[in-house]
Amino acid sequence: MKYISEFRRSELAEGLISHIRHSSKTRARFMEFCGGHTVTIFRYGIRQVLPETIEMVSGPGCPICVTANADLDKAIALAKIPNVIVATFGDMLKVPGSRSSLQQAKAEGAEVYTVYSTMDALKAAQDNPDKSVVFLGIGFETTAPTVAASILQAGEKGLKNYYVLSLHKLCPPVIRALLEAGEVELQGLVCPGHVSTIIGSHPWEFIASDYGIPCVVSGFEPLDILQTVDMLVEQVEKGESKVEIAYKRGVNPEGNQQALRLMERVFEPAPARWRGIGEVAESGLRLREKYKSFDAEANFELKPGPTVEAAGCICGDILRGVRTPSDCKLFGKTCTPESPVGPCMVSTEGSCSACYLYGEGLGG
Amino acid sequence: MADKILLAHGSGGKLAHDLVEKSFVKTLTNPFLDKLDDSAVFDLSGRLAFTTDSYVVSPVFFPGGDIGKLAVCGTVNDLAMSGAKPLYLSLAFIIEEGLALAELEKIVSSVQKTANEAGVKIITGDTKVVPRGSADRLFINTAGVGVIPEGVDISGDRAQPGDKVILSGAIGDHGIAVISQREGLSFSTKLKSDCAPLGGLVAEMIAASPNINCLRDPTRGGLATTLNELAKQSKVSIRIEEKTIPVREEVMGACEMLGFDPLYVANEGKLVAIVPPQDADKILKAMKKNKYAKEAVIIGEVAAKPAGRVVMKTVLGAHRIVDMLVGDLLPRIC
Repeated sequence: MKYISEFRRSELAEGLISHIRHSSKTRARFMEFCGGHTVTIFRYGIRQVLPETIEMVSGPGCPICVTANADLDKAIALAKIPNVIVATFGDMLKVPGSRSSLQQAKAEGAEVYTVYSTMDALKAAQDNPDKSVVFLGIGFETTAPTVAASILQAGEKGLKNYYVLSLHKLCPPVIRALLEAGEVELQGLVCPGHVSTIIGSHPWEFIASDYGIPCVVSGFEPLDILQTVDMLVEQVEKGESKVEIAYKRGVNPEGNQQALRLMERVFEPAPARWRGIGEVAESGLRLREKYKSFDAEANFELKPGPTVEAAGCICGDILRGVRTPSDCKLFGKTCTPESPVGPCMVSTEGSCSACYLYGEGLGG
Repeated sequence: MADKILLAHGSGGKLAHDLVEKSFVKTLTNPFLDKLDDSAVFDLSGRLAFTTDSYVVSPVFFPGGDIGKLAVCGTVNDLAMSGAKPLYLSLAFIIEEGLALAELEKIVSSVQKTANEAGVKIITGDTKVVPRGSADRLFINTAGVGVIPEGVDISGDRAQPGDKVILSGAIGDHGIAVISQREGLSFSTKLKSDCAPLGGLVAEMIAASPNINCLRDPTRGGLATTLNELAKQSKVSIRIEEKTIPVREEVMGACEMLGFDPLYVANEGKLVAIVPPQDADKILKAMKKNKYAKEAVIIGEVAAKPAGRVVMKTVLGAHRIVDMLVGDLLPRIC
């Protein structure tokens, strides 16, 4: 089976679109939590082909976008310490913190390595025994297990110069916080696919049971999203709310137990700061006491200075789903992918970047 | 003779002389080059095309090619995109001290093999050697001249509403083949770079119909960037259909993994042609007979508005803007 082209076939898409149009009678607002879904939705113009009854709003599921300025400032402060190499995924480089970005710090002489996996960061630590390598642990449940694995490996190899700045975030607690705040009313949630490959579908049950909101775990191809919307519409029309999986080729209800155990062994839940949402209890991960020697926060004195938010940037509101990129005065004017003001324009998974690059809604 | 390139190989002395004689002239031999005068002297008449490009690809050997083949194809293709018949090339090396002589010779024979296929001669050249660390193995610059046949007028500003947009084959092979070899990122793929000289293809297209308005090879920045350049230069809109654009499954897979869009991934053996609708079929038919354009296909057409914009009908039937490449997708792929 071809796992990509098969999920982009236009004749199958036409069938799903017409089924959705036929069955959707009730007005419904669905949130796609995940930035990867947002990109697919914009890239294929999915909002244009859905009936008027359905409104799609983007959620806070872009790990880079939700990283608070205070935490970005810490990462930049780390990079400025002599003999510290900061290793990070490429998307982080351009994200502006309060006063600077990693890219700018790099241009000023800081050592910032772009890596594609935590194992590359580990290798950098081995190759540079006289320096300290700090990996920026940014991401959801999807990336945390690989970071945990890198810490365990560093321990096995006896590496004393490998550290992690753990800014990991957990998805279910922040969704609960959003729903509790009650700013955005939802009739359905497109649950993140990659996160669910790790945690399974059970952690979403509370959304269906406590808040009565239909949930469907989705893959990332256009047909995945259409199928997910179709399943959400069916629940809405039947007045049901349950958790279903449309992404069965990637997700089972129990998740990946091995990855979960790895994460559990190294990390423990902790409060985390989310851009636009604030501090949410138990929504982050910190290193357990046993692994404190790998914790960048515990081993370096960080003086990031006071936090400053970019004037006029509404990334926080966009991440909560209460405003859209087109509501922002900076969008496409002073804020573009080439010179981004807020993180939603920097990250390839950010709503502003997707909206800018794919020019939603252009008729023809 | 030493088995590695030394600084002295670029000094102009005995070693340099030997290198030129044994490693370059012997392989690239032709009456213009063999004279070894300070400049090559030749006759040409008519409208000429002249271009230059530098090649810094890393790694220098990649699946489906190497920096030598690329340095010939790149310049030959730039000439061909003006409709010119490519004739003569210059070849200049900047070599990092310590490069294995065997590797250099392999690259020079690749230059010769590609030049032969493309029907061009290397008629002048230069070699510099820089200390270790001042370059990454070797860089190449080539410049080329060609002659444009009578009655051919090809330029990026000539696209007209109603014209058809033809793509010569699957996109993204080169960029993905090169990145698959990068340190820290190597993943296994059977994919090869599409690196190829397109002078022959262009000559066959012109023979089918000289009425070609625009030709361009979608190298850095990929198909999306090339189409945007043409739309802006011609002040027209280019409308393409996603489902018609050939992309290999391996390229799609790698793009998913790396977070790329194949529309922005580089090609080194593909071209985009914008032609009047009445000439499209015969040009397409001629293209399909050439081994480098068997998968040629019409991917869209030119409209008047929105001027300067590329709009794509997605596989779902929706429309979206296809913008220029923002930032750097992959450094040093050509």
